[in-house]
Order: sequence, then C-alpha cells, then structure tokens
Amino acid sequence: MTDRLRQTVRYCRHTGETPCPDRVACLTGGPLCREDPAGAAAAADWVRRVRRETGEKPVILVGTGTCGLAAGAGATLAALNVELVRRKQEAELVEVGCLGLCSSEPIVDLVLPGRGRYSFGPVTAADAGRIAEAAGGGEIPADLLIGRHGPSGEADLPALADHPFFRSQTRIVLANCGLIDPSRIEEYLARGGYRALGETLKNRTPAEVCSLVEASGLRGRGGGGFLTGKKWRIALETTADRKFLVGNADEGDPGAFMDRAVIEGDPHRLLEGMAIAAYAIRASKAYVYIRAEYPLAIRRLKEAIRQAEELGLLGSNILDSGFNLEIAVKTGAGAFVCGEETALIGSIEGKRGMPRPRPPYPAVSGLFGCPTVVNNVETLANLPDVLGRGPEKFRAVGTENSAGTKVFALSGKIARTGLVEVAMGTRLEEIVFEIGGGVAGGKKFKAVQIGGPSGGCVPVQHLGTEVDYVSLKTIGAMMGSGGLVVMDEDTCMVDVARFFLEFIQRESCGRCIPCREGTRQLLRTLESITSRREAAGLNPLQRFQSVINLKKLAETIKDASLCGLGQSSPNPVLSTLNFFREEYEAHVYERRCPSGGCVELRTLRIDPEKCVGCTACVARCPTGAIKGTAKKMHYILLEKCVGCGACLEACRFGAVERE
Amino acid sequence: MKIPITVNGRTVEAEPGEMLLAPIRRAGYSVPTLCYGEGMTPTGACRLCVVEIEGRSGLATSCATPAEAGMEVLTHSPRAVEARRTIVELLLARHPDDCLYCARHGFCRLQDLAEDLGIRRRRFPADPLPTRLDISSPAIARDPAKCILCGKCVRVCEEIQGVAAIDFSGRGSETRIAAAFDEGMNISSCVYCGQCVRACPTGALAEQDSTGRVLEALQDPELTVVVQHAPSISVTLGEEFGLPAGKDVDGLLAAALRRLGFDRVFDTSFSADLTIMEESSELVRRLETGGPLPLLTSCSPGWIKFVEEFHPRFIPHLSTCKSPQQMLGAVIKTHFAKLAGIVPGKIFSVAIMPCTAKKFEAARPEMAREGLPDIDAVLTTREIARMIRMGGIDLARLEPEESDPPFGERTTAGKIFGAGGGVMEAALRNAHYLLTGSPPERLELKEIRGPAGIKEAEVEIAGRKLRVAAVSGTGNARRVLEEMEAGLRELDFIEVMTCPGGCVNGGGQPYTADPETIRKRVRALYRLDRSGERRVSRENRSIQRLYREFLGEPLSEKSHRLLHTAYSPRDVTK
Amino acid sequence: MKVKTGPEKIIPILAAYPEAGRDSLIPLLQDVQEAEGYLSREAVVAVGRHLGLPAGKVYGVATFYNQFRFSPRGRYHIQVCRGTACHVRGSGTLLGRLERELKIAAGETGRDGLFSLEVVSCIGACGLAPVISVNGEYHGHLTGDDIPALLEDYRNRETDEDD
Repeated sequence: MTDRLRQTVRYCRHTGETPCPDRVACLTGGPLCREDPAGAAAAADWVRRVRRETGEKPVILVGTGTCGLAAGAGATLAALNVELVRRKQEAELVEVGCLGLCSSEPIVDLVLPGRGRYSFGPVTAADAGRIAEAAGGGEIPADLLIGRHGPSGEADLPALADHPFFRSQTRIVLANCGLIDPSRIEEYLARGGYRALGETLKNRTPAEVCSLVEASGLRGRGGGGFLTGKKWRIALETTADRKFLVGNADEGDPGAFMDRAVIEGDPHRLLEGMAIAAYAIRASKAYVYIRAEYPLAIRRLKEAIRQAEELGLLGSNILDSGFNLEIAVKTGAGAFVCGEETALIGSIEGKRGMPRPRPPYPAVSGLFGCPTVVNNVETLANLPDVLGRGPEKFRAVGTENSAGTKVFALSGKIARTGLVEVAMGTRLEEIVFEIGGGVAGGKKFKAVQIGGPSGGCVPVQHLGTEVDYVSLKTIGAMMGSGGLVVMDEDTCMVDVARFFLEFIQRESCGRCIPCREGTRQLLRTLESITSRREAAGLNPLQRFQSVINLKKLAETIKDASLCGLGQSSPNPVLSTLNFFREEYEAHVYERRCPSGGCVELRTLRIDPEKCVGCTACVARCPTGAIKGTAKKMHYILLEKCVGCGACLEACRFGAVERE
Repeated sequence: MKIPITVNGRTVEAEPGEMLLAPIRRAGYSVPTLCYGEGMTPTGACRLCVVEIEGRSGLATSCATPAEAGMEVLTHSPRAVEARRTIVELLLARHPDDCLYCARHGFCRLQDLAEDLGIRRRRFPADPLPTRLDISSPAIARDPAKCILCGKCVRVCEEIQGVAAIDFSGRGSETRIAAAFDEGMNISSCVYCGQCVRACPTGALAEQDSTGRVLEALQDPELTVVVQHAPSISVTLGEEFGLPAGKDVDGLLAAALRRLGFDRVFDTSFSADLTIMEESSELVRRLETGGPLPLLTSCSPGWIKFVEEFHPRFIPHLSTCKSPQQMLGAVIKTHFAKLAGIVPGKIFSVAIMPCTAKKFEAARPEMAREGLPDIDAVLTTREIARMIRMGGIDLARLEPEESDPPFGERTTAGKIFGAGGGVMEAALRNAHYLLTGSPPERLELKEIRGPAGIKEAEVEIAGRKLRVAAVSGTGNARRVLEEMEAGLRELDFIEVMTCPGGCVNGGGQPYTADPETIRKRVRALYRLDRSGERRVSRENRSIQRLYREFLGEPLSEKSHRLLHTAYSPRDVTK
Repeated sequence: MKVKTGPEKIIPILAAYPEAGRDSLIPLLQDVQEAEGYLSREAVVAVGRHLGLPAGKVYGVATFYNQFRFSPRGRYHIQVCRGTACHVRGSGTLLGRLERELKIAAGETGRDGLFSLEVVSCIGACGLAPVISVNGEYHGHLTGDDIPALLEDYRNRETDEDD
C-alpha cells in the first residue's frame, strides 16, 4: 500500500507486496478482513476529519473555479490571507470548486469547529476582514450569508438547503462540487468515493455491469440520449484486441459549463465513472478529451489521475482485480464539432475533426479502428451513483423514459446564474423562476434557449414543459448538453438565431454541403434582415426570396446533413421562426428590431441642442456616416450608419441619442 | 450470403458489406454522386446520393450506407430529389458563373447535375467564392473558386498517388483545398501527375493551357512547327470525338495535325523504340557490371520528381535515359534540324502527351541545350482535341495519313509504352536480343499486363533469372521502394508509371470515370502489338538508320550527350 | 532514425515524442505553440518530418482548430468569449469597443506587439457574462465603458515591468 494511504490507515495489515483488494471500503469503514472495532472507529474518525466535521482550526474555503476566478476569487483569496496574518488568526485556507451559484461568486465557506459550515457570497476582497473576523469567533456577517450547511439552520441563520436556488435541486453529479478540495483524493474517498468501483470490480462481471446500467435507464447526457448500457454492450460484444473508452469533455455548446464545473470541483467522480465504464467494455486505455479553454480543469484532472494511480485505483491490476486502466488526457484544440463522437475520435488520432459516415459506429470500429465507447462527462459522473446505490434507486429519480437527474447551466438574463441539478421531469418554469429567481432587473421574460446550437428557444407558453429527452423534442428543442440561457424583452430572437448560425458557420467542419453551404445561406438571410445596409449583398427582392426559402432550406439541411451537428443546426432558426414570427416580420417588413437587440437596425441621431461641433464623433465613426465640420452641428447619415455606437462613446456632451 | 433489398419496389441482391450505391445501379437506377470515387474511402461529403430508407428519419447516403436485409430504398422520392436539387443550388450560389470561359465547359459534373435536376433559376443569391487562382506550376492550374470541396483530388493524391501535396485547410465555409501554407503548387511536393485533374468534377483543376502558345507558333511564318504524339494518344483521342473508347485513330490524328498547320508529324512511339535501345543497353550493362540494381525506368516525369523529392536514395537506380518525349525533342533539334537544313532556334517543337507532368519535364533546365529547350510546348490529349475542334476539323471524316520520316516509323514495342507494363515488356524483348542475339520466343509477358498496380514476374534470359516488376501509381511505387528498403522485395528491373494503369490513364487523357474505358484503351494497344509486323524495338529501320547516320551506337558518347540526363534531390515543401 | 531538423527551440519538444505516431500531432503542435507563441512555417515542417506526415497535412490539421495561430501574438492576449450568455449580455459591444480602442480586428496583433485580440468560443464562465480573458486572467460582468480603464491597467503593467 502506498505511503499516502498508510498515513491514514494505521490498522491495515496489508503491505505493498500484498495490497488489500478492499482498501477503499477498509479506509472508510474499517477492515473487512477481520473483526477490528478499533480499526473501524479509527476509520470513522478519519472520515469525519477529512470531511471537516471534526477539527480544531477554523477552515476557510474559497471557490476558485473558473467562474469564481472571473468574479475575483483570486483577489478575495489573497485578501483573506492578508487578513488572517494581520489578525494572527489561525485558519486553514482551502481552494474548492464551484458550489454552483455563480451569481454569488466569489463564494467563501467558513467551517467553525464545533459549530458548522457557512457559505457566503459574494465575498469581495473588501469583505475578507469580516470573514477572518468570523473565523476568530466574531460575528457572522449575515448580509453575506447564503446559508448554513446541514439539515437545519440556526435560529437566526437560514439553512443553505432552504435557499431557493438549492431547495428543489437533487444533487448527485454535483454532490461534492464546492464542498471538497478537488486536489485531494482523500476528500472524495471520505465521501464514499471509489467504493462503487471497488465493489464492481470485486463482485460484477463486465456483462453484469452493462446489464445494471441498462436497467438503470441511464442515457447519454451529451445530447443524443442514447442508452448508455446498450452502447457499452455493443462494444463489449465486439471482439477486438484493444478497446477504448473516451470521456468526452469537449463541452463546446456555448452556454454550457457543467463538465468544467464537475472536473474542476470533483474530478475523481469522473475518474471513478470512467474506471467503471472501461471495466464494463474491457478497455484498458481511456482518454479524456477536454477543451483547451479549460486550463484549470485540465490541471485538476491530471493531478487527480496521478493521485488515483498512486493509490492503485487506476493503473495496473486495480484493487487486485486484474483489471488495468490507463487514462490519458487529450487536450482539444478548439473545434466545436469535435463533440461529435466520430470527429472526436479523428481528432485524437491527429486528424482534422471531421465527422465520418456511420455505420460503422464507434462502439464497433472507433479509435484506431478498435471498438470505442465515447461517453460524456456527466454520463460518466453518474456511474458511481448508478453502481453504488443500484439501478432501482437511480431510476427512482426522474421520469419513465428519462431516469436520474440532469445538470443545467443557467445563464443569461436571469437573477441567479449557475449550475443546477434537477430531477428529470422538472418543469422549465421551476428552473427559471424558482431556482433561477426569474429574469433579472425587473424585465419581462421572453424565452429560454435550451440545447445550445442544436436546441431551440422555448417561449413563456411552453415553460410548463418537463425537461426530459422526449418532451423537449415535442416543442422543437432538445436536451442538448444542458445549457439554459434566459432571454428577456431586450433580447432579439432573430438576433439569437443569427448568433447561433454564425456559430455553426464558424464551427461547421466544412465537409458536407448542406451544413457548410446551407447554414451559410441561412446566415446570409438573417444577416440581411438584421442589418440596415444591403448586408451580404442582398437587394430587397433577394432578401424576401431568401426569407421565403428559409424554412424549406432548413428542412433540407436537417434531412441531408452528415452528422448530428448539421442535422440540428437549423433548430435555432426553426424554433424562433415558430414562436416569434412577429419579430421576424418586423425585421423583414418594417426593417425594425422591436427589442432593440440588433445593433445595425438601431437609429442613432445627434441632438442639435447638445452638439457643440467638436468633431470627436466624426473621427471615431468607422463608416464615415457622420457629416459636419468643426463648430457646426453634426448629423448622421442613416444609410451609412451601422449602429455600432462609436459616436455614443466618443461624445462628451451626451448629444448622441439612440431612438 | 446475398442480402435482399428493394430499390423503388424492385428486389435486388446486395453483397455483404456492399454500400447501397452498387445494388441501386444494378437495379437500373442512377443516383448522382460528386464525391464518390471508385476505390476511394467514401466520405459522405456531397450528400447528392441521398436516398430515403423506409423507417429512417433522415436521408441516407447510398455511397456510405451498407445494405441491410429487407431495406426498402427509395432513390427518387420527392424528399430525396428536393435535397439533391437544393444541394446543387447551394453549390451554384457559390460558383463563379463563368461556364462559357471554363476549361471544363461541357465536361463538368456540376453542369450535368444542374441540367439533370432541371435547375432553371437561381434560388440562392450569388455569393461566389473568392478567386485565388494558382498558376504557379508549369503543369496544373488551380481555381479554388470553382472547388466544391468533394475532396476527390485530396484522396487521389494521398490514397492512390501517395503524394499528399494538397489537403483540406481551414474549417466551415472557410474550408479550402490547399498546398501547405496556402502556397503555390510550384513549391509543393506535387508531382504534376494530373490525376487530381481527372478526378475533379468541376473546373477547379485543369492543365496549364498551352494551346495559345502553340497556335501562335503555328501562325509564325518564321517557325517550323513540328509535333510528336505519344503512343497512347491514338487510342484515346477518338473518345473526344464520339468514337468508341480504344478506337485507334493514328492516321486520322496525323491528318488532323497537318490540317492544323504542323509542318512535320512525328510519332513518339519511334522515340519509345529509341528509349528501349538505350535503356535495354543500360540494363544489360548494369547486369554485367553489377549495378546499381534494380534499374528503375525513367520515362514517367511525375515518378522522376517523386524519387527526387521523397526517395533521393534511389536516384542512382533511375535509368539515365531521357523519356521518349525528350529523346525525340533532342534529335529533332539536332539531327532533324541538320537534315532539313533548319536553324534549331527556328524549330518549335510540340509534344502531344497523355500527361500533365510532361509540361513540367519539358521545362526542366536539364532538358535544354545552349538555352534552347528540346521541347517548346506540351499539349495534353484534351488540349489537342480542343485545337482540332477549334480548327473546324471533322476528325472522323478524314482519310488516314502517315507520320513523317525520319521519325514516323515505330515497332509495336514502342506503341505498348502507353499501357502499364509495356515499357518493361518492350525492354525485355530488346534485352533478350542484346544478350542472346535473338528475340525471345515468348514475346508477350502476360504476368505484367493487366490492371493491377504492382505486377511481378521472373524471366530467364541467357541463363540469368531476372526479377522484374511493373508498378503503376506512385502510391504503389512508394510501397515497393519501402519494401525493398526493408529487404522484403528483391528486384532487378522495375518499370514505374506515375499514373495508375500507365499513360492510357494519364492526367491529360479524356475525362472518364469508367474503369471499363481504361481497359478498352489498354486492349487496343495490345491488339496493335499482336498484329504488329515488328515487335522488337531494334527492328525499327528508322532507328537503325538513326544510329548508323547519327548516334553511332546505344550508350555512345553522343547518346549520352543527347539522350541521357541526370537527377538531383529536390527540396520542396513536403 | 528520423532526422530532426527545424528551429532550435523545438528540438527538445520533438525529442519528448520519440517514435511518435500521428496521434501525437495535435499535442506536439500544442507544445510547439506553447513554447513559440505560434506555429512558424519551419515548425510545421519540422513537426511533419518528425511524424512522417506531409507538411500540407500538418497545415490542414492546424488550420482546422481554433487554437493554432500562424503569427506571433501580443504580450497581452485578449480573448473575448462569444458564448450565448455573453452574447445576450453584450459581448458584441465589448468586442467592438476593444477593436476600436486597440485599432485592431479580432485575430490580429497590434503593431507594437502589446495586445492581440481573439474571439473564442464559450469559456464556460457564463454566470459572469460577458467575460474576457487577458493572458488567462478573467474579467467578468464587463461593459464597453470598462474597457479603456482595463486596457490602461495592462499598459501600465507594461511600464511597471520595464522599470
């Protein structure tokens, strides 16, 4: 047994030469190989200590996930350090992942020995003193408090579990995020981590694991919703010398960040899931394909793999089962289409990430021509729970056709942004209004975009829709990977469709004609109606023709494109066209953007009363749309104006106005 | 086990693992394709071959969907046709509307498709691709604005030719086919074989057009314009004029060339015999002096560039013989010039070749003496066909004429140069003569005939066993070289043709996607050989006279100066 | 034994991938870019030679992915997130402002080499939209008017570092 574990399990009699196959269970529950009350007590004690339920020193935990850092958690952390030193206050300062409530970042937790754990946010550098004060037994800053952890709050302090953001969540995948130090495997172990793997390797055959996962009804969380166990079984039953598992962390949907949060906050959950999946298909090599845009997650993941190898939870002869697994991290180089499994495989092989025709499916012939299962991070992160608690318990959550939970990334014009995990079947309105607190700033809700570039915009009348793989399709949306972007009355839906098409245009692999050229035409059409000039070179007649063609072209793209990305690429157009037709009509017939979201349709003008003729705006206008000489009143030529607002920025007299 | 499927209600059987396209065609239906190529990996890119399959939600490509028992396929359902039409319309939107000026006018798949699908008006506003014409190479012109990104050129270049000079670059609507760093073809590893031109369904790839220069020369009263035509031209040119593939139009070609104003019409098959005289002597000498062996043939200029770029270690193995084109070029501007009393500088020497790389070969600095190139212009079969049409000449109605002396006579050994394996066969016939004093009993070497890319045989000449191979396609050649380096193959003499199947399938030949057409061209050459009066190069009396009056003997000092050359490693972006 | 040629700097990088196959292509390019800041022509050729891949193929792969650049980037590399959340919260305005303030377009590097600007797909910090990242430092909840001060801050760092 390695040094790392020897430090913690003093009662273990096994040695490095004869490692204990049950060491995960032994570590957290006491020795299984013999009756040993002292050992059991010591294990229980260890668990409590690692979970910070016992201990003498206060602990301050700062959420330094990417979102935390973007909100200034780095400065908060530094300030906390300074404040603690200044007060000579002893406290352990720990960096953790994201608790999920991004809008309250930077989030800081304080663990007071013998009293409990509290989450605060947003805690800026200026607030650090008050947290340090509280760590020394001072007053709990109630105005910063999000809630107290544990079953119930103290009389005057609210419980975190009662917070509207957390109240209706069911956290399985996110159970540890923000709570544990992701850089220490012990913390995952102390919360039951790797037990499911240990039991699976000891008691189940690969075929049994496939059956259990099939029975659980777990479906791929990456968007497709294919039954995970079924996919595994195909790979398991294909004979080959080598098989591969790929963890797909190429989370490219704009507006989705659950994979990042899981890897940053609880990387071992992914690794344990991967080990289970690899065992089930008899793969001894696995890859995590992760976006280069996630440097922190990559760092955490690599460290986690190192630690798991050190403990013999990855590597050769895992837990004395004879099962070997090497996990390598492959950093994607930035291509959305690599989320598609055949493109992803091509990318690992060192090729351009272009989807290829299927069949053969990767489960039969994938990476290097060998059977390969590609599973999304969230899917894999569910496995410790599926195997740990059994398929029945897993199935108990969710709906008939969609078992378990789904993590959503809630963002956009919403009061509480962040990561939420809800039971399948939860209604969209619960997520948006109860958990997310509704639209920010007193504005009116317009739509929620679900499923990223492949999904659709759901208007208010359909907010009663339950989130599951079937219901969302009936309203022209899809689960996708789980981005939920809320749009309010200021968001232009035509612009949103244009935004997604621009994205698809940029990210299409370029191989098949319907996707490459079809989406280009769709985009041109939308550009021509969201700008004033004859954008994209279309005259008014061509513009109308294009609009008439829009739907038919979209149907052909769906019908004839090579991969899922192309086939679903017209969805944002079709769904907005379906639900927000009047907005399109205003753009087409009146050259007007009702919500003001289309910059180029904005009308800017100069107030003659306020203009002093300083020429500052003339100098800044990129299209030469402003006429006027020094000390004379200026005016804007509407036909040249692109609405960029440079003049607004330049004017020091407030003379430029937006109509 | 045959797999029964139905195509538009008719039952057809498919082979296991067979893609739908083949049984659909057997059922008598044709689904259009752009990116599909026989023998290439299907990429499912163009989506034109989409069909409806009962019970499936989207459309499926017939090139990449394997047949499954009981499949009910609808090839021309309204949905499938609409999709195809939309795809072509989308392509047309990005295409420059310059068909009338296009090198591919009349031979363009995109034009055909637009016609077949009845597209009569523009549905999507024009949005043409930017023009980034690449005319940097002496052989091939690229016009990416006409590229539809089917990727056939990329696959032919990589999978078949083993060169990979071009690849997809960029992504999305910025995707383009490009040489490394988007640079010109001239500094790329392209061997100018022109197989990409043959594969290209549109005018994005074409030969560098030399017809203008030739027409100009023809009109220059100061110049004597001579022309030679390669062995394979006479069996392929007819296709351009509606004659059946493999029809020998040798005499008609000579008649047409004279009508176009060429002053002399020579036959490159003559200098193929000359090449054989030199090359078989070189083989015998190498056999006698111990190498370096294997001797590699040198008449295919793409292959030469390929060795210089990728396998310079094999340069000493290459025969030093110039190709027939260049040998004839050299004797035209020396011996012929003297005979006819013309200043070499006033001769404009044109070669009609099945090949785009020949344009490059003619421009090699080694192929000139005292600043005068041996060959002034190279025309492909397609280019000469254009000139004949331009000249208003009705090829089929002409009376056959003979090529001109002193370079108009050929043996059929020279003629079969046009088929892969022909050079080897011709050389061995002559080598046998050189070593034993008589031609071999068995003239025909069946083992190295046929469409295979690598053909090996063992022949015995004067008690010595020779291991020979005929290889076509540089991809196959690379394999053979690598296997020899690894000690897996031992050979004495190898013929290498750059293009798969040899010159009949050259990059400058009439467009065809039908492998049967290529087979017909080959059969025509061997038919000529079978009925030939003289079948060994040394029996060519004009050759004998040339040696007697001018060159002396094979490998003489004069031969070396005029008919042999040297090679050197080539630094290109590779 | 493959001949190792190419720019000095990348020789040790190539050496770290002995006997490597094509699947090492992207990691190798990433390492080279990490060391050199971009992919030079020589580096692309050298990587291809090391892996036995044609330069055109390496170039084709490199141009497929957003990450790879073929010109050096600025001392401060600004990435503007163009995810959905950032878009609906005004990242377009941010980008426009940055382009105007820096007088460069997205994908370009300023003449003084101080700033380069790039549009990236979702950074995954949607809760703080709109977000930009400067040399890996994230800045969330920005408006166009925050830009001048932010740039000034980095310009000052430059002078501080020089002192």
